[in-house]
Amino acid sequence: MKVLVTVKRVPDPYAKISPNADGTDIAREGLTMAVNPFDEIALEEAIRLKEAGKATEIVAVSIGGAESQEQLRTALAMGADRAILVQTEEPLDPPSIARLLAAIVQREQPQLILMGKQAIDMDDNQVGQMLAAILNLPQATFASKITIEDSTATVERETDNGIETIRVPLPAVITADLRLNEPRYVALTGIVRARTKPLETLTPADLGITPKARVRLKKVEKPPARQAGKRVADVKELVRLLKEEARVI
Amino acid sequence: MKILIVAETDGSRVSEKTLPAIAFAQKIAPNDFHILAVGSSLQNLELLTGYGAQTVWVADDPRLAKPLAERYAPVIAHLARQIGADLIASTTTTFSRDTLARAAGLLDAPMLSDITALESLNGTLIARRPIYSANLIGTFEVEGTPVVLTVRGPAWGKPEPKEGASPIQNAELPAEIPTRSEWLSLQGSSGGRPDLTQARVVVSGGRPLKDPQTFEKYIGGLADVLGGAVGATRAAVDAGIAPNELQVGQTGKTVAPELYIAVAISGSVQHLAGMKDSRVIVAINIDPEAPIFQVADYGLVADLYEVVPQLIEELKNARG
Ligand SMILES: Cc1cc2nc3c(=O)[nH]c(=O)nc-3n(C[C@H](O)[C@H](O)[C@H](O)COP(=O)(O)OP(=O)(O)OC[C@H]3O[C@@H](n4cnc5c(N)ncnc54)[C@H](O)[C@@H]3O)c2cc1C
Ligand SMILES: Nc1ncnc2c1ncn2[C@@H]1O[C@H](COP(=O)(O)O)[C@@H](O)[C@H]1O
Repeated sequence: MKVLVTVKRVPDPYAKISPNADGTDIAREGLTMAVNPFDEIALEEAIRLKEAGKATEIVAVSIGGAESQEQLRTALAMGADRAILVQTEEPLDPPSIARLLAAIVQREQPQLILMGKQAIDMDDNQVGQMLAAILNLPQATFASKITIEDSTATVERETDNGIETIRVPLPAVITADLRLNEPRYVALTGIVRARTKPLETLTPADLGITPKARVRLKKVEKPPARQAGKRVADVKELVRLLKEEARVI
Repeated sequence: MKILIVAETDGSRVSEKTLPAIAFAQKIAPNDFHILAVGSSLQNLELLTGYGAQTVWVADDPRLAKPLAERYAPVIAHLARQIGADLIASTTTTFSRDTLARAAGLLDAPMLSDITALESLNGTLIARRPIYSANLIGTFEVEGTPVVLTVRGPAWGKPEPKEGASPIQNAELPAEIPTRSEWLSLQGSSGGRPDLTQARVVVSGGRPLKDPQTFEKYIGGLADVLGGAVGATRAAVDAGIAPNELQVGQTGKTVAPELYIAVAISGSVQHLAGMKDSRVIVAINIDPEAPIFQVADYGLVADLYEVVPQLIEELKNARG
């Protein structure tokens, strides 16, 4: 079984993010970049499937500028077998990302497409579902457990109402939630080995696509800051203030 | 502008989580919005008919008995095309993120997730929404229609009741509804408390609550004297102390109750993303430097095991 894993380059989840000088984007100077944490989880799951003898090959795919090679190298160091970068400097929106990924899926014909449920920069949570729709494949989003047997996947999903279990035939698109697994650290031997693994670079034109974003980010600002309030001495004072000042109880 | 609101259902019942989306429609297109409910033998459609929708459409079919995106999305896309909807919207939940994003894919429509504001300027739609774990607010322009949206519940509130009842009509089903995905089970545990996203009071607990019994005793106990819902941090959920559906934050639920009490929660940006729009925030934490105090209206530096039982007592007395 061939598994395709998507990898997006995003700011480190613990980095401090602020608007740039003219408020049109975030300040990118000196910002540490990383693999989207949900994509790391998707990749970890693919590697475990390979270790369990269920997956034979793992292909990592990223769409973005040349610098996304760094994240693909990380993916290769973790355990992906090869990588594809669809290189473009254009700002893209989820439908155009999904269309480019669909073209890659058509070339690669994987049995399983594992993705993160959301990219932690724009927090869109759309690309997996759009990709599944475009390819007319079943989808299982927000996976916290995946069991593969006889070309079906039984997936536990984290929903607002609790853990839902569904079954989908493969090929399918599955998106990872946080509790699916804990990604491994990259070993030094992995980093060394990653240097010799293939990383192919394509352009959207190679895929016959001219992507154009219909959703464009125009302005970035800080939300109104919340003022730190007061310290209360004890429970009695807290209850009095909640009653008399805040009037919430 | 014509809006199609997709009601959230579990296949047999309409959920109250739909209401903020209806409030959104009343604000943006008060005289031109429709609602669609998808399911099988849907029970409580009257939840949708009292808000001035032109039509409440019902797609009722045994294949739609459980909320599977693969089956619901083509039904939504079909009706959206048929009535010529410019906007297709639902309240932000795991249901809508799953289903509407797939419908957007079928419609080849751009989508904006979790919007807090929307206006139309010379035919261009401009929306605001939190980005980077709600650390920042982004303003986005969208070209063309239809556009698919999920709307952030707390930002749109409750709809206004309207005179008369919207007519209910059967929606035509698409020629094909794929049935490859199968629904097997749902394991939930609301425990009779109010829904986290709807509650007026939310009491949340963090990692130091040790185990499910301790969590239930202190956090559940405090929530119950206030008639509130219970929430948790990811660290508490990961440690198996609280069930997953109680998680508040970037990757959990967004809540904005009148009163949010954070007990033994450090206040990571990811947690704040889900609760910092609450009206009044109380923090109880043993560490005076905990970041949660920077957003708390009232901060109590104390050991939870000492003060939560006192608080439960005081509140019982205060209520008489
Ligand atoms: C991509 C990503 C997404 C995430 N999404 C979420 C999310 O949606 N929601 C979320 O909550 N987290 C999320 N997290 C995790 C987040 O970063 C924090 O790790 C988590 O919120 C910490 O939980 P906590 O406050 O319970 O635990 P801790 O950080 O361990 O804090 C415990 C606090 O309790 C205090 N304390 C200890 N003992 C006592 C006592 N006896 N009495 C009173 N106070 C006490 C301590 O001083 C401390 O401040 C996410 C992380 C990542 C990377
Ligand atoms: N530029 C990209 N390159 C590769 N994968 C992406 C890209 N953008 C989004 N994805 C994938 O789609 C998932 C959902 O992203 P989003 O819908 O943007 O929140 C992410 O976790 C990634 O796996």
